[in-house]
Amino acid sequence: MNESLMDGQSLLFLIFAAITCLSAVAVVVAQTVVRMAFWLVLSLGSTAALFFLADADFVGAAQLLIYVGGTLVLLVFGVMLTASGPYLKIATSPGETVLGAAIALLFMFVVFSAVNGVEWPAPAVAQSVSADNPAGNTLRPLGLSLLGTRPDLDLPDGDQLSPGYLLPFEIVSVHLLVVLIGAAYLARAKRRTGL
Amino acid sequence: MQFGLQAYLFVGAVLFVCGLVCMATKRNGIGVLMGVELVLNGANLNFVAFSRYTSLGLDAQIFSLFVIVLAAAEAAVALAIALNFYNNHLTIDVDRANKLKG
Repeated sequence: MNESLMDGQSLLFLIFAAITCLSAVAVVVAQTVVRMAFWLVLSLGSTAALFFLADADFVGAAQLLIYVGGTLVLLVFGVMLTASGPYLKIATSPGETVLGAAIALLFMFVVFSAVNGVEWPAPAVAQSVSADNPAGNTLRPLGLSLLGTRPDLDLPDGDQLSPGYLLPFEIVSVHLLVVLIGAAYLARAKRRTGL
Repeated sequence: MQFGLQAYLFVGAVLFVCGLVCMATKRNGIGVLMGVELVLNGANLNFVAFSRYTSLGLDAQIFSLFVIVLAAAEAAVALAIALNFYNNHLTIDVDRANKLKG
């Protein structure tokens, strides 16, 4: 098998990383908020593709369902409901733009040099990958850990189970319920005479 | 050419910085919220990259699931606040939100 310069997975990573980065820059640069929403959808969609490439299938699917299909649609509704007329443009002044770009590049340089200077440790144990358990098959271990058991971490003698993520799961569920009820109450239609 | 951990962290850093600039410079309130979403996604990408390339494993992916859920909740509340501001002041320009200025 001849090794080309870049195999398929690396090429896909390059394509999706380029789309993600360029769309994120386009979100900053775009002048109207509707165009910002479009570039944001593109950026988060290709982030989901990067998740799939990093063997996180469930997180990638959750990103597409919840983030792109839920949160971003909510943001687009917000854009629609707070529209400020077709000829009114809210834009930043050129001096602020240059200052923002300079600070952004500086911060980017700092973060990137910090990341490059660390010697990240390799994984201790290679995960067992077979034909019927492909590398991204994280659904069952994730689901079981949210229910309270960690089958990937259980100690060999069998009667000591490490705690799963059941308590955070319950807390986040109640939190989501309370927050959504509160947001629906806050955004209710009010009568004109009183609040 | 193999892309490893550094490549994912670079993309996450770009997302984070773009979100930060968006939060700091946009005058539209919804634009600021889009910056918040970008920042959270940069962090999520970091989590997933560390799950794949270091010994963090499944814990990092569970954390990123919680981040996604909490970001959805926070976007809902932030949009409710933005809608109320727009209904009261008929503008979404954050520079006009200066009633509490001393």
